[in-house]
Amino acid sequence: MADVNAKGVLTAPIFKNNPIALQILGICSALAVTTSMSVSLVMALAVIFVTALSNLFVSLIRNHIPSSIRIIVQMTIIASLVIVVDQILKAYAYEMSKQLSVFVGLIITNCIVMGRAEGFAMSNTPGMSFLDGIGNGLGYGFVLMVVGFVRELLGSGSVFGFTILQTVQNGGWYVPNGLLLLPPSAFFIIGLLIWVLRSVNPEQVESNEFKMKENTKPKEAV
Amino acid sequence: MAQGNNSIKKVLIVAFALCIVCSVIVSTAAVALRPAQQLNQELDRKTNILNVAKLYEPGMDVEAVFSDEITARVVNLDTGEYSDEFDPDTYDSFEAARDPASGRTLSGDQDIAGLSRVENYATVYLIGGEGDPEQIVLPIRGQGLWGLMRGFLAVEGDGNTIVSITYYEHSETPGLGAEVNNPRWQAQWEGKKIYDEEGDLSPEIHLTKGGASSEYEVDALSGATLTSNGVTNMLQFWLSEEAFGPYLAKFRSGTEPEDAAETDTDFEDVEGA
Repeated sequence: MADVNAKGVLTAPIFKNNPIALQILGICSALAVTTSMSVSLVMALAVIFVTALSNLFVSLIRNHIPSSIRIIVQMTIIASLVIVVDQILKAYAYEMSKQLSVFVGLIITNCIVMGRAEGFAMSNTPGMSFLDGIGNGLGYGFVLMVVGFVRELLGSGSVFGFTILQTVQNGGWYVPNGLLLLPPSAFFIIGLLIWVLRSVNPEQVESNEFKMKENTKPKEAV
Repeated sequence: MAQGNNSIKKVLIVAFALCIVCSVIVSTAAVALRPAQQLNQELDRKTNILNVAKLYEPGMDVEAVFSDEITARVVNLDTGEYSDEFDPDTYDSFEAARDPASGRTLSGDQDIAGLSRVENYATVYLIGGEGDPEQIVLPIRGQGLWGLMRGFLAVEGDGNTIVSITYYEHSETPGLGAEVNNPRWQAQWEGKKIYDEEGDLSPEIHLTKGGASSEYEVDALSGATLTSNGVTNMLQFWLSEEAFGPYLAKFRSGTEPEDAAETDTDFEDVEGA
């Protein structure tokens, strides 16, 4: 990363270098928490908080971290921050923390947090690392919100809990798509999102690792 | 990078200092926020009790209404009498079930709700006076499809007519099993009867597929057979003679439960916050 400037660090991870869409990190939690938009939003805020602060603290002490124990040092910092977030949610957003249940705790294992601490914060200044954490959190949050929007609208007929499509269960006309309430549906939506992002930014398309052989004649196939 | 970073001394110092700092942060957060968290849990429980008793309105002062309208009592499940041995505000039946002194293990055919252990005493919430309550709110729990479901069942003062049911903790599938908390489904419960005319302690109430046709039947949740079975099983269990059966029988026969003369059994260690 040669061009480390504040604006680039903050905005690049949102579309150009999105942690979920390009780096394919943090997919697991994106599948789990995106059944509704409000839950996705809280999860995104929690991840922004954790990535930004873990990047900041790791970067602050980066010159003192022995390389032999650097991963466990990063993990300790991340885990502490996640517990603090979990406690705060339980105290001030009880309903939300009930819905997020274990997934707040699982931010510890979110590859984005760890990846940024190891890949960016260990070799950059605290200020930049903090912004990078916010940027990557925003990138993660952006994908979460898009997936959450599609899943909540088509799966429950609402957005942020407000009914848009009156469902049959509540006497309306809309038959909700049950698949969208289940985790695998997020795979489809994230896949479509990656397709869109890579069509807009063709430079994101990775080159083929192998080349397929030209169409063979049926005779050669047997 | 400084040269001496990988010396054993430096590794130990960094690891130790980091652990101290992190543990101080984590424990400060946990201790400082505990009162707010407990308040939330308490408020959530009270809201659910008011909700199942159809007293809840959004924006109301839950604490004030709760203390005005509701009396909590601890019931001896075996005899069906009230007990003053425990303080209903602090008695934790979930803990009590696990304690060998205050709970018992259920045998395979008793344990239809998948609980494995059940407490000997349970807290009930009475609405509209202790002597002749309008409603009785009973805590229920049992296995659903994915895990334990915990909720409340509100019964009218006759000990037989259901007011409503609600679950405050469950992990059922969103859109299918989680519809247990859909108000439209919950509304069906109103006026259903638990026991038939025979006067025994075996509850008749159950969920059924393809349309409820009697006052002992409630429509099952569509697409959630195992959750529906779980709901039926936990009602069958908690309303049977193993649990609230003897207690509710007193209301049905018109003899209100009394404060039982207590034995000297010592359950001190189950009490407390």
